[in-house]
Amino acid sequence: MSAPALETKFLVKRFGALVVSNDINFTLERGARHALIGPNGAGKTSFVNLVTGVLTPSSGEICLAGETITDLSREQRVKRGLVRTFQISALFKRLTVLENVTLAIAEREGAANDLLRPAGHHRAIIEEAYDLLVPLGLANEALRPVTELAYGRQRMIEIAMALALKPKVLLLDEPAAGVPPRETGAIIDTIERLPADIAVLFIEHDMELVFRVAQRITVLVQGGVLVEGTPAQIADDPKVRQVYLGESKH
Amino acid sequence: MTDLSSRDLMGDRKVVVDAFARRHRFKWYEAIPWLVAIACYFLFENYHALGAQIFATILFALSLDLLIGFAGIVTLGHAAFFGVGAYAAGVMAANGWQEPFSEILVAAIVASGVGFVSGLIVLRTAGLTLLMQTLVVAALLQELANKWSSVTGGSDGLLGMKIDPIFGAFRFDLFGDTAYVYCLGVLFIGWLLARNIVYSSFGRSLTGIRENANRMHAIGAPVDRRKIIIYTISAALAGVSGALIAQTTALVGLNTLALSKSGELIIMLVIGGIGRLYGGFIGVPLYMIAQDRFSQIDPIYWYFWIGLFMILVVVFARGGVLGVFERFNQRRRSR
Ligand SMILES: Nc1ncnc2c1ncn2[C@@H]1O[C@H](COP(=O)(O)OP(=O)(O)OP(=O)(O)O)[C@@H](O)[C@H]1O
Ligand SMILES: [Mg+2]
Repeated sequence: MSAPALETKFLVKRFGALVVSNDINFTLERGARHALIGPNGAGKTSFVNLVTGVLTPSSGEICLAGETITDLSREQRVKRGLVRTFQISALFKRLTVLENVTLAIAEREGAANDLLRPAGHHRAIIEEAYDLLVPLGLANEALRPVTELAYGRQRMIEIAMALALKPKVLLLDEPAAGVPPRETGAIIDTIERLPADIAVLFIEHDMELVFRVAQRITVLVQGGVLVEGTPAQIADDPKVRQVYLGESKH
Repeated sequence: MTDLSSRDLMGDRKVVVDAFARRHRFKWYEAIPWLVAIACYFLFENYHALGAQIFATILFALSLDLLIGFAGIVTLGHAAFFGVGAYAAGVMAANGWQEPFSEILVAAIVASGVGFVSGLIVLRTAGLTLLMQTLVVAALLQELANKWSSVTGGSDGLLGMKIDPIFGAFRFDLFGDTAYVYCLGVLFIGWLLARNIVYSSFGRSLTGIRENANRMHAIGAPVDRRKIIIYTISAALAGVSGALIAQTTALVGLNTLALSKSGELIIMLVIGGIGRLYGGFIGVPLYMIAQDRFSQIDPIYWYFWIGLFMILVVVFARGGVLGVFERFNQRRRSR
């Protein structure tokens, strides 16, 4: 029980000569609110891709709740509760909001393997999907195709899709990216209200969000961990200040 | 305030969930193809043989729509399964096994086997590579049928097929009266199956794969396995279609495996509308009736006209005939 929610050991990813992940030793504690920050191209998204199995590491190990998952497929990792969102919304754009979430729950429940009964007969799944949309303020748009919604709303669906899978570890890749400033509040609220037992790692450029939510912060630069610490430690760190010179308000 | 809005929300919940959960119910217009088919039996007595061909080809188109339209698996080699089914039924009928339904069953099993095995290989790829690989599978099978002439009859085709009367009572006649009803019946069963799949949770997940395979991976869907399953089912339906053509024409040739066979089918499906379950019901009769009329006049110009028609469909009628209907309907409703 004492093993951290997620751990990477000496994780390396090279594309030819380019090292996008350089010996990353990272620990996400259970129930953590952990931010991963760093300049553009630092390798943050690559790290999420490695952990979730989109990319295969060149070397190193990934552990989920103490068990090695390095060789598991993407879907096996999801089944074990490791769930991510995308920096650029990756939704079923032409399908309705409700259907997007329904598809995720149907996968979680294994109903999507049922090719005999109509999808509509799995009514509990549809109801659960609807109930998930309500607190996210998406219920009124349940039957509209995703593409008709503003991008800020689409970012909420992105989070809804992840929550539909009942994650134990949630990796949020820039949840507020591309959202107009007056709409980021709703996304921050949603992140703050996430169930406490979910371990959350979020990548974010918006320092206000980072310092409001994060209990720990890891700074990634050129594929390697520069420093890790509490928000106060990170704010005072001279190396971080150098990297973020003029970028951060803190 | 919370009281009122939460009550509204509960009301909405039922309305929304109902609307969503009832999508699979039969709509009145889904009866049209069947009513038309029955009416045509009495109206066009001299065209029953053509009608039978049309029904069998609609089943073929339906099987392709499951792949291209619903799962987003684009293939140029779908005739492989049609041809395998045709040869399976044909070889049985030419060698003494003459009961039609068991031939169909065997055709479905053999074609699905070929679909499963080739699917394991080709479905790892996507896009142009996939197109080429499906094409290669069909070409290989065609070459095999050509070389293995002791069984298939090679380039002369498979002759001497004999089919028992259906249920031991209805003989396949020269005018195609029996064939018409027989093919329509099998198409109906195939359509029920396809429709059921499309509206199932499995079918919806195929739509998810078509729309965004990355997202399907991210919600934990076994994407590759799903693709292989639908590929196998689709191959079985295509095989049944091939068996119907073999039985009702008493002839199987190498052309059943040809690239042109796959290509023509795509054209028919595009004309009718892809991804709508009913594209084949419109595109196939349009194409085959036009072909029957015009190809006798001038086969070369026939291909010119069909080419021109394809361009018009792609430029002006995205989604084929059914797409035009849908847009018309939306406009009328939004008024
Ligand atoms: N498939 C790939 N092949 C080659 N290089 C890649 C690949 N994926 C990512 N990279 C490179 O890896 C580096 C890190 O990219 P990554 O997307 O992980 O950065 P990031 O920290 O998420 O940046 P941003 O803040 O802009 O999202 C970049 O230099 C990128 O060009
Ligand atoms: Mg990124």
